[in-house]
Amino acid sequence: MRVPRSWLAEFIDIPASATLEDIADAYVRIGIEPESIEYVGADIVGPIVVGRVLEFVEEPQSNGKTIRWCQVDVGGTVHGIVCGALNFFPNDKVVVSLPGAVLPGGFAIAARKTYGHTSDGMICSAKELGMGDDHSGIIRLSELGLDPELGTDTIELLQLRDEVVELNVLPDSGYVMSIRGAARELSHATGWQFHDRALEVAEPAAAGGAVTGVSIADSDGADHIVLRTLVGFDPHAHSPMWMRRRLQLAGTRSISLAVDITNYVMYEFGQPLHAFDRTKLKGDIVVRFAKPGETLETLDHVKRTLRPSDVLITDSRGPIALAGTMGGLDTEIDDDSTEIVIEAAHFNARLIGRQSRGHQLISEASKRFERDVDADIQGAASARAINLLIAHGGGTYTGSAADDRRAAVQPIAMPIDAASTLVGYPISADQVCAALTAIGCSVSGADPLQVVRPTWRSDLIGVAELVEEVARFTGYDNIPAVLPTAREGSGLTSRQHLRRKISRSLAYGGMVEVLNYPFVGPADHDAQLIPADDWRRNAVQLANPLSAEQPEMRTSLLGPLLLAAKRNVGRGMRDLAIFEMGIVTLPSVSGEAAGQPGIERRPSDAELAQINAAVPQQFESVAGVLVGQRLLSGPHTSGRPVSWADAIAIARGVGETAGVELSVRAEEKAPWHPGRCAALLLRDEVVGYAGELHPKVADTYGLPRGSAIFELWLEPVYTEQPGPVAATPVRTFPVASQDLAFVTPNHVTAAAMQAALAAALGDVCESVRCFDVYSGDQVPAGHRSLAFALRLRAPDRTLSEAEIAEYRDKAVAAGTALGGTLR
Amino acid sequence: MSAPNKSYDPKQVSPLGSEAIAAAVAAALADIAAASDLEALKAARLAHAGDRSPIALANREIGALPPAAKAEAGKRIGEARTVIKDALDARTQVLEDEAASRMLADEKVDVTVAIDDLPRGARHPLTAISEHVADVFLSMGWEVAEGPELEAEWFNFDALNIPTDHPARSMQDTFFVAPEDSHLVLRTHTSPVQARTMLSKQPPIYVVVPGRVFRTDELDATHTPVFHQVEGLAIDEGLTMAHLKGTLLHFAQAMFGADAKVRWRPSYFPFTEPSAEFDLWYPQAKGGPRWIEWGGCGMVNPAVLRACGIDDTKFTGFAFGMGLERTLMFRHGITDMRDIVEGDIRFSLQFGVEA
Repeated sequence: MRVPRSWLAEFIDIPASATLEDIADAYVRIGIEPESIEYVGADIVGPIVVGRVLEFVEEPQSNGKTIRWCQVDVGGTVHGIVCGALNFFPNDKVVVSLPGAVLPGGFAIAARKTYGHTSDGMICSAKELGMGDDHSGIIRLSELGLDPELGTDTIELLQLRDEVVELNVLPDSGYVMSIRGAARELSHATGWQFHDRALEVAEPAAAGGAVTGVSIADSDGADHIVLRTLVGFDPHAHSPMWMRRRLQLAGTRSISLAVDITNYVMYEFGQPLHAFDRTKLKGDIVVRFAKPGETLETLDHVKRTLRPSDVLITDSRGPIALAGTMGGLDTEIDDDSTEIVIEAAHFNARLIGRQSRGHQLISEASKRFERDVDADIQGAASARAINLLIAHGGGTYTGSAADDRRAAVQPIAMPIDAASTLVGYPISADQVCAALTAIGCSVSGADPLQVVRPTWRSDLIGVAELVEEVARFTGYDNIPAVLPTAREGSGLTSRQHLRRKISRSLAYGGMVEVLNYPFVGPADHDAQLIPADDWRRNAVQLANPLSAEQPEMRTSLLGPLLLAAKRNVGRGMRDLAIFEMGIVTLPSVSGEAAGQPGIERRPSDAELAQINAAVPQQFESVAGVLVGQRLLSGPHTSGRPVSWADAIAIARGVGETAGVELSVRAEEKAPWHPGRCAALLLRDEVVGYAGELHPKVADTYGLPRGSAIFELWLEPVYTEQPGPVAATPVRTFPVASQDLAFVTPNHVTAAAMQAALAAALGDVCESVRCFDVYSGDQVPAGHRSLAFALRLRAPDRTLSEAEIAEYRDKAVAAGTALGGTLR
Repeated sequence: MSAPNKSYDPKQVSPLGSEAIAAAVAAALADIAAASDLEALKAARLAHAGDRSPIALANREIGALPPAAKAEAGKRIGEARTVIKDALDARTQVLEDEAASRMLADEKVDVTVAIDDLPRGARHPLTAISEHVADVFLSMGWEVAEGPELEAEWFNFDALNIPTDHPARSMQDTFFVAPEDSHLVLRTHTSPVQARTMLSKQPPIYVVVPGRVFRTDELDATHTPVFHQVEGLAIDEGLTMAHLKGTLLHFAQAMFGADAKVRWRPSYFPFTEPSAEFDLWYPQAKGGPRWIEWGGCGMVNPAVLRACGIDDTKFTGFAFGMGLERTLMFRHGITDMRDIVEGDIRFSLQFGVEA
């Protein structure tokens, strides 16, 4: 909300020495955030004076434009001035900036040659003077109701200089949303004298005659409404200069006197008003909810279908305004309106918020109503409007009608020590009462205090809110800092520990963590060759995604991760190892909408279970993408490109970090290379995949072929709780080493051979390790050679040559049984 | 190198004469001293301490001497042998040390040629900083709580005293899960975890909640639709705003040093009453110490306690929260949000594994 200082000063005695910064700082102290401060017109330099156009000659130009060569009297001297505007007449009084003047934005005026004349000054538009956006023509002072002496300084006359502080008004702070409220708060912060001009509004004298009546049919929609009727109003009367200027500084354009006055009073007192053309009304006005099927064409020429919760102003024919939000087109004030009904009401804040958002009609009025307005300002605000209308547009006030359903404000019982107890340092009863009285509460009783809030503070609903006011007044800075003693905690959960360990182990292993947005779309699945019926396409959809192409929540980390890899490669990184740990999402278990059990009490366990079953399933996952060289070549090593085996090794390493052993089995799965993909198994359950990226997918993402990827679902890994390691005694007898190489058919896996050899060695097996895989000329087609290093060690003796030979034979037999031939 | 003297005929001198022995010792010592490497020294050893050396030959003559002379001659020869052996040992040590030094000098390498074949890894600094924050609170006996990122509206709004028509609901630019009446959202703050925690256990509760949250902002230099918050919640008997202030001050100083301070400005959040925004006095700020807007806090609204099944006549509590991206940005002088979210490895690599 923009607050001009000149306006504020009508409600509070601001010392001349106080700067705008002082004012802004004062607001900060009481929790109102100034968004900006602005010294309007500070850069303007005179002479900018009143002149009279004596005569002019119109001169068409070769560029199609017509200019006027004007003779302008600025009070004694006559200046020849070229003017491009065509909206004035001889004898009009206008605003002339003379050579030497500087207009807003540093626009310096000098005599200059243009269109064949020397233009000795400029006739100004409103925009050129920083008075809004109107650049359609120059200012005619008569239109502002002004008839000043020639030569009068217009900086003063037009109030070109002012100061504005813009306040950010929080949702519970409707009471700040007026000049009156802003001044009251400033007074609280500074102690400067506040003058409540609302109390000084004179009740206009009713002349009697036709008065539009009013009633409230649905008191949930409004509990107070006042109508005041004015006849004989001059529809052509102009808004006074000061009013236009203040509205403009507050952020609103001048429309017409009647509309300007309703806006002016809204800014001033915080009470939105509506002006109806009485001749367009049929019968009395009724406030009620919308009926099924009703429609209303609003001022913005949109025909709206109304909802049952919409609060309406109606006459005998039907809806004439969406209450507190926007008026109807049919009853609008126009250039010929001489009979005006001013409406001021206290509408239900919650319902106005709902209907303004529902109809997407956020207006200055709705912003005030949804934050709630003073429940006792309707009479004064409508009287103020009538007084202004009569003062500037004439007419006769015939009288008022009202319907008042307001309930008395109930006192809040506040224990005298409530503030001390919640704030944490001693606050005396006197301090509590003083603070509450200062903000307008009436306080009685001893303990508990009986506190009746002021009508403009409907946000004060309980003791906690009252304590906040007391704390605000006694100063947040005075609250001491005391460290509470937490009860002994049990540290990180096992899941939290594992998460840290895994991310560290991956990073220390040479991978870089990235955190991607979780949004994906069908194109991402297509790019990864994910089949149409794959579960990964069954994603949770967003109702309002940022991008129509990515309306889904990821079911796998790989899509966003591949895009991150692509971005890095696109930026010139050739060797890349990135990983992400994050959430993947699947549709909820129940598929139902989540319940909304209210907040008056704890929801039942059944209600909570219903909500939880409706929340989409979310699982932690870890995934990685490897591109380019896994080991870089250098002075000590020849380097090695990324391989499918790296992806598998890293994924299994994650399992090892978490204390679980993951085994692998060949499987075909997009987006992996069908012949280079391993399912990762925790016991018999598939918990992820690792291997080489499908070459087509690599091409799509602009990644080199041979890139490797893995994804491992962490929930089963987290759930698996390996107990403490059961240690075996270290064997100290000598080791016996044997190397065995088998020529085996390709379908026999290294893992199967390794397991068979280990089993054959039984208790003396210390380790079996595959140290070479060869295929080529030396072995038959469809076969390869697998070489294993065996280490044998007995717990209780040195193995004899005979024993070693016996174990070797057993191992050879086991390898042969699987189809291998000893080389 | 000089060779042993072979020009004399040992038979022409008296091998046992004291002069002859002295001459043999002198010749040996001269050759030993002259040996410039282990090879030359080996030759000198052969010449002066070998089986055919003058001293060895002289020793053989002892048997021919009369018994009275044997002892003296034996003593003389023994002394001579000791002198030669000591000289040989000493010279050997010197020459071996020299050879070892030469070899070590020859093996000198350029130690700046490092092994960097395994590319460096790093964690995202947001991960590291949320662990850092959690550790500060863990050390005070707090625990780390978590909750779902896709959340029911009831938890994200209602339970936090933000009913359907509340203006604060429009302050939050919320992603809704389809269909529109699913009453499911991407959580707009970590605060629903407050409600989940309170519903799952009774006080005392001291939890810190790091997590990812969502608002419908387009990505630019200062906004991102997906970001991170950390939130704290304490519920116990007798907790006050002073305890909240003490906790925030301790936290600020643990993160930013003993000179850090916090100050409060009254504010509004539906789920706390009283509420405040808090600023951090950041001693290490670029361009000098200054106040930095950091987060929001307040005493848990009794309406929230009641909705979560906590006796609001017995317990009070406080809550606070701040944005981690923002914290990261001022702590590290990051000026563009896009660096944090784009996944460019050069960004994370600056921070290493532990940031």
